Amino acid sequence: MPKTKVKSYGINLAIAAVVYLIIHMIFSNGMVSRTFVDLFTLCTIFSIAAVSLNLSTGLLGELCLGHAGFMSVGAYTSALITLSIDSPGNTPILFVSLIAGGLTAALSGIVVGIPAFRLRGDYLAITTLAFGEIVKVVMRSMKITGGGQPLTGISLDTTYTMGYWVLIITIIIIYTLIRSSHGRAILSIREDDIASEACGVAVTRYKLIAFSLSAFFAGVAGGLYAHYQGVLEPSFFDYNQSISFMVMVVLGGIGSLTGSVISAFFLTLLPEILRGLAVYRTLIYSTVLILLMLYRPEGLLGQKEISQRFFGNIFRRVREGPPPSSGVGGSSVIPQENIPVSGSAERNGDSTLRERTGTSSGTPEEPLERKWKGRR
Amino acid sequence: MTYFILQFLNGLQIGAIYALVALGYTMVYGIIKLINFAHGEIMMTAAYFIYFFMTLLDLPYFLAVILAIVFSVVLGVLIERIAYRRLRNASRLSALITAIAVSLFLQTLYAILFTPDPRAFPLTASSFPVLEIGEITLSSWTLITIVVAVIVMILLQLFVTRHKAGKAMLVVSEDLKGAYLMGIKVDRIVSMTFAIGSALAAIAAALYIVSYPQITPYMGALPGIKAFIAAVLGGIGLIPGAMLGGFLLGLVETMTRAYIPSSVAQLSEGIVFVILILVLLLKPAGLLGKSEREKV
Repeated sequence: MPKTKVKSYGINLAIAAVVYLIIHMIFSNGMVSRTFVDLFTLCTIFSIAAVSLNLSTGLLGELCLGHAGFMSVGAYTSALITLSIDSPGNTPILFVSLIAGGLTAALSGIVVGIPAFRLRGDYLAITTLAFGEIVKVVMRSMKITGGGQPLTGISLDTTYTMGYWVLIITIIIIYTLIRSSHGRAILSIREDDIASEACGVAVTRYKLIAFSLSAFFAGVAGGLYAHYQGVLEPSFFDYNQSISFMVMVVLGGIGSLTGSVISAFFLTLLPEILRGLAVYRTLIYSTVLILLMLYRPEGLLGQKEISQRFFGNIFRRVREGPPPSSGVGGSSVIPQENIPVSGSAERNGDSTLRERTGTSSGTPEEPLERKWKGRR
Repeated sequence: MTYFILQFLNGLQIGAIYALVALGYTMVYGIIKLINFAHGEIMMTAAYFIYFFMTLLDLPYFLAVILAIVFSVVLGVLIERIAYRRLRNASRLSALITAIAVSLFLQTLYAILFTPDPRAFPLTASSFPVLEIGEITLSSWTLITIVVAVIVMILLQLFVTRHKAGKAMLVVSEDLKGAYLMGIKVDRIVSMTFAIGSALAAIAAALYIVSYPQITPYMGALPGIKAFIAAVLGGIGLIPGAMLGGFLLGLVETMTRAYIPSSVAQLSEGIVFVILILVLLLKPAGLLGKSEREKV
C-alpha cells in the first residue's frame, strides 16, 4: 500500500474516532434527550442499509428493490439467535448474531442473484421485488418467526456506539473493496458489462460477489434494527422501506458512500423535525427522485466522498482560486485518490464515459448514437 | 368437476385482466426497454376516473369507461412526455428509478387527494344475471370479462399486424435505431405505444373493479406486478406472450388458491413470485421467447 494511502486512511480513521468521542461526550453527559440518542442510532442503522444498497445499485449498477427483504432476513436470524441464547447485554453474542444475520442475508442474496444474473437487463429489479414480497409472506407464515404475530422480547442491545462503529466498519470494507482490483472489476461492469466481459472480467461472479456483500450488510443492519426496536414485524420491511433506502442512495449520490450516510441521516431526521409534513413525505420523496433523475441523475454528491481530502481540496481551491473551468484541468488540483474510481473521465459524469466507451463509430452517426446509446 | 370448471373460468377471468395489463408492460418494454412501474398506477387512476364519472356525473358505466379510457391515454402519454422521454438516452438505472418514482408519486397523490380509504364501486358482479349451464352457476360477468378481453386482444393483434402504425411499432421494437433511419417517427410511435398501453390498462381497470369492487390508491400495485410477471412468463416484449402469460398466471393463481389447503393459504400469495424465479431459472426468455445472444 502506498504511503499516501496509509496516511489518508489513518487521517480519516482518526477523524471518525474524534467524531465518535464528541458524540460520546454529548450523549453520555445527558446533554440531549434519550429520544435523540435513539434517533441517532436509527440513523446509523439506516445509513448501513443505504451504504450497502449503494454497493449494489450505485457501484455495481443493478437496481435492487428488495433491500428491506434482506434486512428482514438478517433481523429475524439475529433476533432468533439472541432469543434462543437469552443473554441480554452480551456484546460478543450480539456480534455473532449480527454476522449470522448478515450471512443468511448474503446466502439469500446469492439464491436471488443466481437466476437474475443469468440475464442482462432489469431482471434483478423485478426478482428482488418479488423476493421482498416472498420474505414478507414467509415471515408471516412461519411459526418460529411469530406466525403472523410480531416477534417480541428481543433485548435492546443496539447502542449508538455499536451502530456508529458498525457503520464505520461497513464503509471501510466497501471502500477498500471498491479501490481494490476486484472493485475496479465491479465498477467496469457498471460502466459496460459487455466490454468488461470482453476484457476478461467474470461478470456474473463479480455481480454475485458485490450483490451478496450488499445483502450481507443489509442483514447486519437488520440485526442491529432488531436489537434496536425490540419488536419485529414483517410488514416493516416492505416495498416502501426498500424504496426509501433507494431514495437515500439516489439523493446522496449514486456511488458515494458518505453521500448515502448524509442523506440517510437527513431523511431519517427530516420527518421528525417536520412532523406536520408526514402526509406529504412520500409525495416529496417521489418528486425529488423524478427531478433528480431529470436534472442531476448522479445524485447530489455524485461520486465524491466526504473525506479529509475533500475538505483539503476545498481549502486549496479557496487559497489558489478556482480551477480552470475548461476540459479536465481540474485534475491538477484534485489528486487522484479523492475519488474511488480513478481517472478524470468519471468526474465529468457517467455520460461522458459512456460516450467514450460506448459503441460510437464515426462522426456521421454521432448524434444518433448519442440519442439511443446505453439501452441494451 | 363442476368446481374445477368454475375455478377454471374464474382463472380465465382474472387472467384476462392480467393479460390486458401485461400487454401494456410488454409493448413499452419491447420498444424502449423500460419496465414501466407506473403502469399499474394508470390502471388505478382509470378506476378512480370511472368511479367519479359514475358517482359524481351520474354517467352510465359504459360511457364512464369510454371517458376513463380517454383520460388514461392522456395521462399515459403525459407521463412518457414529462418523465421518460428525456431519459431515453440516459442510463437504464435512471429510467427505472424515475418509473418507480412516478408510480410512487401517483399513489401518494391519490392517497392525499382522495384519502387512502377504500371506496365501494357501485356496480358489482352480482348485479349481472346469473347463468346456469348444466350444474355450473356463474355470473355472466365472468364470461363478459373474458369475451371483452379476447375481443380487445384480437383487435390489437389485427392493428399490429395489418395497420401501418402497428407495423411501425413492431419495427421500432425490433430495432429502434434502424427504424429511425428508415424515417419512422420514433417519438410518435413511443407515444402511441404508451397510449395503447394506457387504454388497455383502463379497460382492464373497468373489468377489474366490477369483480373486485374496492377502489384504493394502492389497488394498482399488486395486479401491476403480477401482470409484469405474466409478461416475463410469456416472453417480455412479445404481444402474444403477454396474452398467454396473463391467462396462465391467472389460472395458476386461482387453482392454487382453490386447491391448496387453507393451512398454507398464506403461502399461495407468493406463488406468482415463485413462478417468476422458476421462469428466470429454467426459461429466461419466457415461454414464447427465443433466447438470443446479445450483440455488441
